[in-house]
Amino acid sequence: MRRDILYFASLRERVGAARETVETEAATVRELVAERAAASPAHAAAFADLKALRCALDQQFADLDAPLGEAREIAFFPPMTGG
Amino acid sequence: MSARVQTAPFVLADELAGLEAGAGALVSFTGIVRDDSGRLEALEIEHYPGMTERALADYGAEAARRFQLTGWRIVHRFGRLPVGAEIMMVAAAARHRHAAFDGAAYLMDWLKSRAPFWKREIDVGGAARWVEAKDSDEAALTRW
Repeated sequence: MRRDILYFASLRERVGAARETVETEAATVRELVAERAAASPAHAAAFADLKALRCALDQQFADLDAPLGEAREIAFFPPMTGG
Repeated sequence: MSARVQTAPFVLADELAGLEAGAGALVSFTGIVRDDSGRLEALEIEHYPGMTERALADYGAEAARRFQLTGWRIVHRFGRLPVGAEIMMVAAAARHRHAAFDGAAYLMDWLKSRAPFWKREIDVGGAARWVEAKDSDEAALTRW
């Protein structure tokens, strides 16, 4: 399935892109992370610390074991620092 | 009852206008860019357009439900904000003060670690680093 992946903040910088579109068979967030981490050394660095990784599926927070389902837009980012 | 994300400054009095209707108490909080190191020039704030607005509106609606707020407002800025600039504000209006204080504190605690904003510190001279999330901000959510 074709999915849009967005990166924010330090993850965007490490990956070197704000967005990429991928064709993937991954069924869960964790599987997609493993797949992307293998894509390049920059991706591997971005996904090195899973404890500091946050994810949203179609703009709703999701954990690593969440099924990707029909989500079109999958975002990865570090812990948030608003306020 | 509104949440906004913008680069422009806001005028607190304008944001509070109208929130007194039906209320007996109105609490507002304004966050300001603070220089802890003595060499900070500005913060750069990034956010997730679309998701941010949705998350803020959800937290506002939840605060209104939990604390029976008569009104609320959230404004959060993004982009480059120099030391001393106002970053964001929340306001909570209710019949009585405890609900208004609690509503404002609840909104702040959720906004700190559950709204998709990221801060980067820019020093005088240009060195930049991402602000790390604090465990204490995450822990603050457990009280709700």
